Amino acid sequence: MSQTFLGMPSLPVFGEGNIHASEPFPAAARRELGNAQLRANLGHATHTIRDKRLKVVAELPDWEQLREAGSTIKQNVMARLPELLEQFEENFTARGGTIHWARDAAEANAIVAGLVRDQGADEVVKIKSMATQEIGLNEYLEEQGIAAFETDLAELIVQLDHDKPSHILVPAIHKNRTEVRDIFLREMPEVDPALTDEPAKLADAARTHLRRKFLTAKVAVSGANFALADSGTLAVVESEGNGRMCLTLPETLITVMGIEKLLPTWQDLEVFMQLLPRSSTGERMNPYTSLWTGVTPGDGPANVHLVLLDNGRSAALADEMGRSALHCIRCSACMNVCPVYERTGGHAYGSTYPGPIGAILSPLLTGIESEENSSLPYASSLCGACYDACPVKINIPDILVHLRGEDVDSKRGKRKLPTQMDAAMQAASWALSSGKRLGLAEKALPLGRLVAGPDRKITRLPGIAAGWTQSRDIPAPPSESFRAWWRKEHGKGPEHQGPDHGTGQDQGTGQDQEKGKP
Amino acid sequence: MSARDEILGRVRSALRDAPAAPQPDRTYRRTSTMSEDARIELLVDRLVDYKAKVQVVGPDQVADRIADLLAGTGDCVVPAGFTAAWLPADNPETGPRIKTDGPESPLALAELDGADAVLTASAAAVAQTGTIILDGSPGQGRRAISLVPDRHICVVEAAGITELLPEALARLDGTRPITMISGPSATSDIELERVEGVHGPRNLEVVIVRSRRA
Repeated sequence: MSQTFLGMPSLPVFGEGNIHASEPFPAAARRELGNAQLRANLGHATHTIRDKRLKVVAELPDWEQLREAGSTIKQNVMARLPELLEQFEENFTARGGTIHWARDAAEANAIVAGLVRDQGADEVVKIKSMATQEIGLNEYLEEQGIAAFETDLAELIVQLDHDKPSHILVPAIHKNRTEVRDIFLREMPEVDPALTDEPAKLADAARTHLRRKFLTAKVAVSGANFALADSGTLAVVESEGNGRMCLTLPETLITVMGIEKLLPTWQDLEVFMQLLPRSSTGERMNPYTSLWTGVTPGDGPANVHLVLLDNGRSAALADEMGRSALHCIRCSACMNVCPVYERTGGHAYGSTYPGPIGAILSPLLTGIESEENSSLPYASSLCGACYDACPVKINIPDILVHLRGEDVDSKRGKRKLPTQMDAAMQAASWALSSGKRLGLAEKALPLGRLVAGPDRKITRLPGIAAGWTQSRDIPAPPSESFRAWWRKEHGKGPEHQGPDHGTGQDQGTGQDQEKGKP
Repeated sequence: MSARDEILGRVRSALRDAPAAPQPDRTYRRTSTMSEDARIELLVDRLVDYKAKVQVVGPDQVADRIADLLAGTGDCVVPAGFTAAWLPADNPETGPRIKTDGPESPLALAELDGADAVLTASAAAVAQTGTIILDGSPGQGRRAISLVPDRHICVVEAAGITELLPEALARLDGTRPITMISGPSATSDIELERVEGVHGPRNLEVVIVRSRRA
C-alpha cells in the first residue's frame, strides 16, 4: 500500500448538498417551537424510545466494554482510512462489484443517474439512506426524469406529504398516526377510504402500495451501515423488509456510502451489531440485517455498484478535535435524549443531520463559515446527555465547544475593531484575575438592584447581553457580595477552615484554592 | 487527477498529524458456557417477544411437526438441499404442494409471490438477541425465497444456537449472502410503536430441534 502523499498537503475541501442550515438556529427553533402538535408528538416519541433503550442496554453487563470497543475500532479506522479504503476496494472489486468515487454531492448524483440510465430505467426503489438524503439524490433524479420511490414506511410518509425528514431513524417522528392516515387517504389512490389510524392498518396499506414496485423494479438504490475492509462486505440494517426487497430482487443495486463507514474486519461487526440496534430502536436486534459481498451468482443483483462519497468527510477528518464526529453510526440515540432536539424537532437544524450529532457534523462537513451552520454548535445546553448515550462515545459537548471557538475565531479574523464580546471578555478577564479587582467590581452590585427596580428582575440587558434576556429574566443581584457577607458574619481569623480560607485576603483567587485541595 | 486519487490524497493530507491507531479493546463478552437447554429457553423467550411462533421438538419429531404446520397450506417453497427426511409429502389436492427452488431451476418471482409459505433451514442462531441467521447454504436457499412468501417456517438446530452474537458470527463466512432475522418484519415508524408485519414475511414460525442425547 502506498503511504506517500499525492502532492502537497491540501486545504480541506468542504461538502455541499442538504447539510447547510439556511437560517440561524435560534430563528428556525423559534418558528418550530410555535407548533404545539409537533412538540407533543416529539415529546411522546422521544420519551418512548429513551425508555426502551435504557431497558435493553441495562440487559447487557458488558455494555460499557462494547462502547469502548466501538470507540477504539473507529479511532483505528480513521487513523488507517487510506489503507482500509484501498483494501475494501480490492476485495469488493474482486467479488464482482464496481466502485465509483465521488468527491462531492454533485459528482455522486451524476454517477447514480448515469448508472440508472445505463440500465434503461426511469425509476428506482430506494432504501432509507442518510447519504442519499445528504446529497439530495431524489431531487436530482427527478430533474433527470427518473422517479425515486422511498420504500421505508417513514420515508414514504414524508415523501407522500412532500415534507422533509426530521429524525435520522424515524423521519416522520413529527407526525402522529392521525396525520399519517390523512396523508395516505390523500396520496394513495388505491387505499380503502375507511382506513383507520391504527399503526398496523397503516403498515398494511404501505405493504399493498409498494408490493408491485418491489416485484417489478429493475434498479434499487441504498445506503450502507457498515463496510468490512477485509472481505469487501456491505451491510444494511433495517426492520420492515423493504431493504431486503431492494437488495435482493432488482437486477441492479447502487449503494451510496460515506468513506468513513468502514470497519477493518468481519470480527468488528460483532461489536457494532450489538451497539446499533439497542441504541437506535431500543431493540435487542433489528428484524433484518443483510450482508452482501459483490455479486453472488443466482442470488440477488447481477450488477452491484458502490459510490464512495467524500463530500466534506476528508475536511472533517482534518480537524483533529472534530474528527471523532465521523465515528457516528447514525443510531440517533443522541437526538432522543437531547433536551433541545426534543423541543425544536429536526427541521430547526436545517440539515440532513439534526440533533446533537448534526450540530457538530454539519459544520464539520461544510466548514464553520458556511451559511448559517455557525449557529449550530450553540444549539445545546452542553448538558452531556448525548455523550452518555452515544454508543461509540463521541464527546459531542467537547466538539461543540471546540466549534464555538472556531466560530468566534473565524469571525474575529474578519473584523478590524474589537466587538462587544471581545471587550466584555477582556473586562471579565481583568476583574476575575485578581481578588482585589473582583472586590472592586462587586461594589457595583447595588447599582444592579437599582436597575432591577421593585420587581427585583432585570428583563432587558443592553448590547449583546440582550441575547441572554431574550428568553429569561435575571434576578436582581444581592445587596452585598458573599465575601462581604462572610467577613461581616465571621470576621477574619485562622480558625476558619474550608474553601473560605482565602476570604478577605487579596490573593484569595480561585487558583490558590485549587492548590489547597488535597 | 481521478476522483479516487484526489479523495485518497485529501484523506492522507487530513491525517498528516499521524493519529494513533489503537488496537480494539475486546474485553466485552465473546464466549459463553451456557447449557443447551438454557440457550434454547433464552432463544424461545426472545423469539416470542418478537411475536414469532416457536416450537421446540426432539430430533425424531421434526418431520411430524413440520407436516402439522403445513397441513392444508397451498404452495410451499422449499430450497434444494433441505433435509429430505423432514420434508412433508407433496399433496396436490389438499396441500402442501411442494415447490422446490434450486440453482438449476429457480422459481419465477410471480411463483414466490403466489406461494403461501416457505420452509428453510438456518446456519446459526443467537439466543441473547433472538436472531436466526441464513447464509444461502443448501437447505436455506437464495435470499428471495425467504423474503417474498408471507409465511416463513424456519428450522433451527440446537447445535447452531449460541448465547452470544460474537460466537455465532465467528462460525460464519462473511462473504456469503447473509440475512439475519429477528422476528417477523416490523416497523416502529409511527409514534415509535412496534407493529409486526410490513414487507417481509408477516408470520415467522420457528421449529427448534433439540440435540440427540446419548
